[in-house]
Amino acid sequence: MKITVNIWRQKDADAKGSMVTYPLESVDEHMSFLEMLDVLNEKLTIDGEDPVAFDSDCREGICGTCGVVINGIPHGPEVTTTCQLHMRTFKDGDTIDIEPWRAGAFPVVKDLVVDRGSFDRIIQAGGYISAPTGAAVEANNIPVPKADADHAFEAATCIGCGACVAACPNGSAMLFTASKITHLGLLPQGQPERDSRVLGMVEQHDAEGFGGCTNIGECTAACPKGIPLDVISRLNRDLLGALSRQAVGS
Amino acid sequence: MPVVYESEPQSDCDRIVEPAYCGPVVTSAPTKRTPATRSTVALKYSMAVSGLIMIGYLLLHMYGNLKVFAGQEAFDEYAHHLRTFGEPMLPYEGLLWIVRVVLLAAILVHIYAVVVLTIRNRRAAGYAGGKRYHSKQNRTGIQRSYASFTLRWGGVVILAFIVYHLLHLTAQVVTPGGASDSPYDRVVNGFEIWYVTVGYTVAMLAVGLHLWHGIWSALTSLGGNRSATRIDSRLTGIAVVVTLVIVIGFLLPPWAIFLGLEA
Amino acid sequence: MTTTTPAPGEFHVVGDDIRDAAAPTGPIERRWDDRKFNAKLVNPANRRKIKVIVVGTGLAGASAAATLGEAGYQVVSFCYQDSPRRAHSIAAQGGINAAKNYRNDGDSIYRLFYDTVKGGDFRSRESNVYRLAQVSVNIIDQCVAQGVPFAREYGGLLDNRSFGGVQVSRTFYARGQTGQQLLIGAYQALERQIGAGTVEMNTRHEMLEVILVPDADGVERARGIVVRDMVTGEIETHTADAVVLATGGYGNVFFLSTNAMGSNTTATWRAHKKGAYFANPCYTQIHPTCIPVSGEYQSKLTLMSESLRNDGRIWVPKKEGDDRPASQIPEDERDYYLERIYPSFGNLVPRDIASRAAKYQCDDGKGVGPGGLGVYLDFADAIERLGRPAVEAKYGNLFDMYARITGEDPYSEPMRIYPAVHYVMGGLWVDYDLQTNITGLFCAGEANFSDHGANRLGASALMQGLADGYFVLPNTLADYLAASPFEKIADDHPRVVEARQEVEARITKLLEIDGTRTVDSIHKELGHIMWEYCGMERTAEGLTKAVGLIRELKNEFWTNVKVTGVNEELNQTLERAGRVADFLELGELMCIDALNRAESCGGHFRAESQTEDGEAMRHDDQFAYVSAWEYDTDGDGQTPILHKEPLEYEYVEMKARSYK
Ligand SMILES: Cc1cc2nc3c(=O)[nH]c(=O)nc-3n(C[C@H](O)[C@H](O)[C@H](O)COP(=O)(O)OP(=O)(O)OC[C@H]3O[C@@H](n4cnc5c(N)ncnc54)[C@H](O)[C@@H]3O)c2cc1C
Ligand code: HEM
Ligand code: SF4
Ligand code: FES
Repeated sequence: MKITVNIWRQKDADAKGSMVTYPLESVDEHMSFLEMLDVLNEKLTIDGEDPVAFDSDCREGICGTCGVVINGIPHGPEVTTTCQLHMRTFKDGDTIDIEPWRAGAFPVVKDLVVDRGSFDRIIQAGGYISAPTGAAVEANNIPVPKADADHAFEAATCIGCGACVAACPNGSAMLFTASKITHLGLLPQGQPERDSRVLGMVEQHDAEGFGGCTNIGECTAACPKGIPLDVISRLNRDLLGALSRQAVGS
Repeated sequence: MPVVYESEPQSDCDRIVEPAYCGPVVTSAPTKRTPATRSTVALKYSMAVSGLIMIGYLLLHMYGNLKVFAGQEAFDEYAHHLRTFGEPMLPYEGLLWIVRVVLLAAILVHIYAVVVLTIRNRRAAGYAGGKRYHSKQNRTGIQRSYASFTLRWGGVVILAFIVYHLLHLTAQVVTPGGASDSPYDRVVNGFEIWYVTVGYTVAMLAVGLHLWHGIWSALTSLGGNRSATRIDSRLTGIAVVVTLVIVIGFLLPPWAIFLGLEA
Repeated sequence: MTTTTPAPGEFHVVGDDIRDAAAPTGPIERRWDDRKFNAKLVNPANRRKIKVIVVGTGLAGASAAATLGEAGYQVVSFCYQDSPRRAHSIAAQGGINAAKNYRNDGDSIYRLFYDTVKGGDFRSRESNVYRLAQVSVNIIDQCVAQGVPFAREYGGLLDNRSFGGVQVSRTFYARGQTGQQLLIGAYQALERQIGAGTVEMNTRHEMLEVILVPDADGVERARGIVVRDMVTGEIETHTADAVVLATGGYGNVFFLSTNAMGSNTTATWRAHKKGAYFANPCYTQIHPTCIPVSGEYQSKLTLMSESLRNDGRIWVPKKEGDDRPASQIPEDERDYYLERIYPSFGNLVPRDIASRAAKYQCDDGKGVGPGGLGVYLDFADAIERLGRPAVEAKYGNLFDMYARITGEDPYSEPMRIYPAVHYVMGGLWVDYDLQTNITGLFCAGEANFSDHGANRLGASALMQGLADGYFVLPNTLADYLAASPFEKIADDHPRVVEARQEVEARITKLLEIDGTRTVDSIHKELGHIMWEYCGMERTAEGLTKAVGLIRELKNEFWTNVKVTGVNEELNQTLERAGRVADFLELGELMCIDALNRAESCGGHFRAESQTEDGEAMRHDDQFAYVSAWEYDTDGDGQTPILHKEPLEYEYVEMKARSYK
């Protein structure tokens, strides 16, 4: 099929970018979206033009490296990662707009590549359980009710792709942050650091320049892993608890 | 990365987690952190609480308005009663002043939070070439409600209306249809004029849209949501019901007056 | 003594045998404890003066960096992705083994050891494997303490399943995302240390060279690396007291594999060219149940869990070139070839047998789907027997994945599967301490060759990565570092400058060629050669031909590749070009290794060495050794030197396997 793509081209972080149009003559419907870009890049390279920079690694929807905004929607029209989207989703003759994640805390590095280091720094601020190597107790000494374990797992499936931020009209990273709060906060091992975790992560979230959540729900709708919206309420409850315990001084 | 609070001196070992070793940190530029008490989430709490206070007031106010249907005497009696409530423990208009102060505080807090968050959120959304996304497709997002687009401008409409409303019915600075000592008369005189009723209706629809999203949002900000999506949440249902009650409740009196159906 | 010219028909020369000097002796159960006890310790107060470079943030690298940072060393960590959390360990699905014996089904450290040695087709070291089995138990404790959400039973205790054809249930899992959950655990531990300032993280940095510096006694020690900042193109040098490589596997030498797009051999290959031995490069694990290639544009292959073979039946049409849709091929015109050839194991024969059998069917023109490269995996019987809901509950997510990728509905038509390269057992040669033959250069995880012999059991790679990083390296590295801090190396030390210049020269060369072929087109061609001649079935003739083809291709690459742009920018073409240049050389060595090993064992099948029934045939008398290859630094780089490390089995008796 024939496809026209409009791609955001930006030489580097400081350059001004713009949308550039490329026609593609023979796109196979079984191609993945990124393979379509590969084909475009092969063509650009042969023509001596600068190929389009985009991130991807596992190409099976688990590493969270890939991610572009396709026709205004992060990861495109299906609930999956960009690398798992296939051209059969589109029709012959379609025009596809491809843009990088936009957020103040995700500066564009080049073309469709952005810097998501802010996510790592949110994790550094408390998204862990302090368990020095070798200090662990026998695993089955910590039983975890299956329901909690399953729920924690569900929250832990976040791949850190950043689609939630790109989808959120406020550029908020609450879904990402809250998924970690939920994953660790539901487990008995996570209790001792529950207050310091939520305080640290929320502070870092703001310091990175992410916006505030207005509970619109675009994040969950765009999330390729379907991280549920209630994790954000859980974060809100945890922070309220932590702040009040801090205020009382206990 | 060391946690550096705006006001505190920056020492090498000033960190949330006690490190095994304090050395130079090179990976990430130390970001200035603001205490969580001033975080976006905390601002949202204040916004939610102030919003809910105003909603509580609206429900009472609406109940009062519906007294119009009990006739002039009952309505004026009720308005008077509000002013003498609690006497002699409270001075004349004591309760009313308490309510006024609380409401004023609520609205100031609410507006403060809105302004701070709006500035922050705009910056956070990351614009390029004056737009966030250049694609003309899917402008309305994946599942956004219309109400969620109208919060800020809708809020301004509400604010403008509140000012007008106070000038009209409380301070009597503007007096469409003529001033009067009887609150009942003031109300009836006003709403017999079509543009007053229409203006009031527009304002109420703005309130409705605001609350359609606002109530759900406030309850969620306070940690109440237990559902995977906004649409699935019970809170959305609650928001819709309360909103309809408020909007219909407020619109009954003016339209009844306008159509000449009041008692 | 080493001769310098290869024997006729060979491409290599034979050097001296080597031994693992660090290997402990004594009763096998005591060896690791003894080694730990005898290892020198580093005073905690001194650790902050000692610097360790860890390249790679997969399970092996992240766990090592976090643990070393926590212990107080200054750690500098690198990965090529934009976040350490994206290392390819994230993609592992099935699970991780541990000898916990929670099921009371007779499992033990000894049994895990025994299964792994046997599974490795008697080409691994007993001491290493025993240690792996011992440590496996601590790994699970460690991960649970970190909050890894393993699957649990209703009582709240950990669940297990049986995996990879073993008879005990010792595999811990987190739905189909075990690798992800384990890596996130290690990543969080790493981020904690980064936050605490003990680890300096460098993302989007690719290692391009090792820096060796002789010490006062003239011993060449690994003292640093050269990296390229992938955003600015800046070439940086980093020096330290020791260097750890945990850079994963090199399956991408086949172009198409289940590895991530960026998985590469550059770090290990550069170390090899600086003198580190590369061990058993030809041992490649090929996984039978992958989604087949759909077209020339294909960029990678996706694995589907092997568990599918529990209920799916594999078949091809009996007639060659039969292109009717599956539903129109009547039952008696279908060949359920695995059930026919291996009546007792049927569809559950081991990975390599299943893979090879599929290849034979396709070679005979019976393959299905695009290019005739696929066989059917049919669930019609299972759906009829168990009902669709039961099949959905068991395999729903795999079916969804298949449907998403192929656009076909596996509930109504059979899936198509084909084997794909999945894991490499080969890697840098290391001793028991995980130290390469270069002093101060350590190697962990899939990047080393240590524990799996000629074939890796399912769910054992994750175990090995974490064993290396959390428990082995922190002890053995301390032994090495006890003599440090070593003399400081200045940035303008001649060896540092030299290494940096080598890197710069190579990049300049790549950018200057300005030919007509894209990097990917050459990589694809290399992949075809490797798959054809050094894939599931290898022959002396084919391998010899492959070496010639690769040499031609290498020449084509260095004279006609086109790399656009400049170094001083984010330049993904340049990144790929550098990796492909190294794959070309590694591919050649793989073929030479495969040619030398004239036996079939594990993931290496030589057509000349099979029984009458087509079973792999080992030659323990000739090949019970590790092939450790030395780069011929003095020659033209085309005549590698083979060092043999003999393997001895004191505990497990060498036997041939049979699945008939
Ligand atoms: C699809 C799939 C499924 C699997 N399933 C299982 C399973 O169920 N059970 C099991 O036990 N095993 C499984 N495996 C195997 C297992 O996942 C890997 O062997 C293991 O995770 C490798 O871990 P690692 O830490 O050695 O390397 P990786 O996780 O590959 O990490 C390599 C690291 O090195 C870095 N790096 C590489 N090159 C450079 C360079 N030049 N410069 C700088 N940094 C560099 C990368 O950035 C990355 O951080 C599976 C593998 C695949 C592909
Ligand atoms: C004075 C003018 C007003 C403005 C400008 C305004 C603006 C806003 C905005 C922009 C939001 C959403 C922001 C966010 O969720 O982060 C909001 C939320 C809300 N508003 Fe208002 N508003 C105004 C008046 C009111 C009034 C009068 C009420 C009560 C009747 C009210 C009730 C609410 C509620 C309940 C919320 C949800 C709080 C939350 O999300 O936690 N607002 N308002
Ligand atoms: S919450 Fe979802 S959208 Fe956001 S980073 Fe995680 S996986 Fe991506
Ligand atoms: S490339 Fe890994 S999720 Fe898309």
